[in-house]
Order: sequence, then structure tokens, then C-alpha cells
Amino acid sequence: MSGSLAIIDGGGANIASLTFALQRLGVTAQLTTDKSAIAAADKVILPGVGAAADAMTRLQHADLCQFIRDLKQPVLGICLGMQLMFDASEEDDATCLGIIPGKASRFTPAPNRPVPHMGWNKVLQKSSSPSFAGIEDNSYFYFVHSFALPISEATIGSTDYGSEFTAVVESKNFIAAQFHPERSGAVGAKFLKNFINNYN
Amino acid sequence: MQFRNHEVVGDILDLAERYRDEGADELVFYDITASPDGRTVDREWINRVAEILDIPFCVAGGIRTLKDAEEILNFGADKISVNSPALANPDLINELVRRFGSQCVVIGIDSREEDDSYRVYQYTGDPDKTKHSGRITADWVKEVQERGAGEIVLNCMNQDGVRNGYDLKQLSEIRAVCDVPLIASGGAGEMQHFADVFTVACADGGLAASVFHKAIIEIDDLKRFLQTQNVEIRI
Repeated sequence: MSGSLAIIDGGGANIASLTFALQRLGVTAQLTTDKSAIAAADKVILPGVGAAADAMTRLQHADLCQFIRDLKQPVLGICLGMQLMFDASEEDDATCLGIIPGKASRFTPAPNRPVPHMGWNKVLQKSSSPSFAGIEDNSYFYFVHSFALPISEATIGSTDYGSEFTAVVESKNFIAAQFHPERSGAVGAKFLKNFINNYN
Repeated sequence: MQFRNHEVVGDILDLAERYRDEGADELVFYDITASPDGRTVDREWINRVAEILDIPFCVAGGIRTLKDAEEILNFGADKISVNSPALANPDLINELVRRFGSQCVVIGIDSREEDDSYRVYQYTGDPDKTKHSGRITADWVKEVQERGAGEIVLNCMNQDGVRNGYDLKQLSEIRAVCDVPLIASGGAGEMQHFADVFTVACADGGLAASVFHKAIIEIDDLKRFLQTQNVEIRI
């Protein structure tokens, strides 16, 4: 178990479930937009609920965009937090942080593919990662989203929902999941625990 | 899950824990403490549920304003489900979606066959107040999607409480006009009913209360059975 954890407060986002999930792992996190507090934390989580453009506006107002790009400690993006790490999103044509190359695009509804995608789906582990330690391949995680990232070089886990999309991504010190580990039962808890214990 | 009032919070937490451990994929809490008489409701229990649950959960009942919704979501619920207040004021759906996003906003619909068509009923929580809303179910399903609802729970009233199986005919008809996740409710009595609702009616979820409360069906047994029926499900 290692050190302090900061959750970047995107404002308006409901993060009670995330803080409770961390609490169940014995981790207390500080919810903050304060740069010195974030910089001092051993690990950082970028959560996100809502629309990409709104979330980017809030990060800009808090003057956090360049600051997040420059973070050197492990950073975990969750759901919209993951999409924000990429170049852009089709959602309101948002320009995102540009840490990882790629653009989120909208799922097209189809028979057997309702949108938003809300439910439990398997994550195929495409390469080994400390994030997957002790988690069986093709375990189920809980997803809630309408936009998704295509498979790219940084993809380490993928999910098939009518088409294959990026479920977990890892690039340098940035790790991110499209699913909600805090709502994915025991495997989700393990995924969070791996972020806390297996990265330095 | 249904419960009567905040005096049974201990029971709610025990039930939440039990269903979590048995492998439920999501829980819905029907908060009927939120009575129509407008008194202040203590929603602290939601926070305590959020503390112990590691699966998604939805709170239904008594959500009439953005403030109600905000309180419930801030206490840690993942979704809110709105039924009668959306019929009384459809713009509420747009407002909720704009504020919290589609993924949080579930619309519950109580529907019953009458004069050869399916019609929406409201105030079904109180038998004396239950009345036809004047809406055709398929039309309402389309409208709530246009207004941004992220999920629909269709409670087929003819089947409710009788445990004779989900209303596959109605669910199939509504599925054809529903692009968002469709959750079937009303009628589950045997494991085969769940298999049918997924394979015949193509619902995204099957909601049931009494068969689980009364332990007529064990969730784990059900999921293993569904797997043998080629339904993709988390075990």
C-alpha cells in the first residue's frame, strides 16, 4: 500500500461511489483542484461523469490542462476521465488533453446494440500489465458510455460491443479504463488495488 | 426491492449486501417513503447503501425536481428512475438529462393492454389513484428517448405479481422502437422466464423482486442456467 492519492475534482461529477470503493480498500483520497496538493500526491485519479466539452471547460477554468499533461506520477483515468486523456471527442467536438493519440466517436445504435452502452461486458487482455495482475482474462466489468475509443497502440484491454473498442489503455504513467472499476464488483476492486499497489 | 420506510434501513443494508454477494448485476430501490404528501424525505440511507455496494444501483420514486435527483446522485446512486412525474411534466426528462447526462436518467413505464393497444398508466403506487395517462406506450417510449432518457424500465402490469412470465409480446413490440437499454419488469416466476426475456424479447435486463426476496430463485443458479441457454452473463 503506497502513499497519498488525489482525485481531481472535475466539479459536478458524482464521485461518492469512487471514494467509497477506495475506502473499502483502506485508501483515503483527497478530492481537489489544488495544484500543489495534486503535485504532492503519489498517485492521481481523473474521474469523469458528464459531457467531454463541459469537463474540459472545467479543467481549463481550474488551469489544469497543461498541469495534468505534465504529471509524472501514475495517473488513472476512469470513464470520461479516460476519454479526456485522448486528443479529442466527437461529443460536442471537444478538444481533449492530447496525452494519448486518438479520438472518441459515438456508438451508432443497432439491433443488439442499444446506446448508451450500460452493462457488464468482458474485457480481453491484449497485453500483460500490472493493471491486470490477479484478474482473469475476459472478466466482466461495468460500462456506462455512449462514446468510445478505437483500438490503438496504447490499448491493453478491449471490449466487443458490436465492434471492438478500447477498454483499458496504458501510455507511460497514464493508465485509464472506459469501465467503472468502482462499480465492477470484486474484479473492479482488484483493478483499483492494482493501480494503488503496482505502480510507482 | 421495495421497502416501507426508513425504520427498515438495517434490512435494506442486509438485503443490499445479500444480493451483492449472490451476484446481482444491479439493484433498484423503490423509495416509497417519498410519498406524494410532500414531506421531507430522509435519503441518508442511499449514502449507506453506496458505502457497501460495489455494483451499480438505481433509486426510483419521489423524484420530481432536479434537486431531488441531485441529492440522490450525490449520496452515491448511479441512476435515478422517474415515472409519474415525467408523465406530468415531460420537460423534467430534458432537464435531468442536461444536468446529469443520459446515463443517469431511467424512465419507468407502467403499461397495460387495453382496447388492443398498450397504454401507459400513472400513479400505480396507489391503487385508488392509478389512472390511464392518455398515452400509448410505444409513443411514450419514443418520446422519452427523444428527450434523452438513457434507459427504459417497462413494467408490464398485466403480468405484475402473477409470476407467469414476462410479457414477451409487449416487450418485443417495444424493443422494436427502443434504441436505449430496455429492462423488462413484471411476471418473472421461473428461470425459463428470464431466458425467454433475453432470447425472445431481446431485453437488456430482467428485473424481478418477489422471486429473489422469497428465495424462489437463487441468483447464482439463475445465472448458471442462463449460461446454458447461451445468454451472455457475468457469473
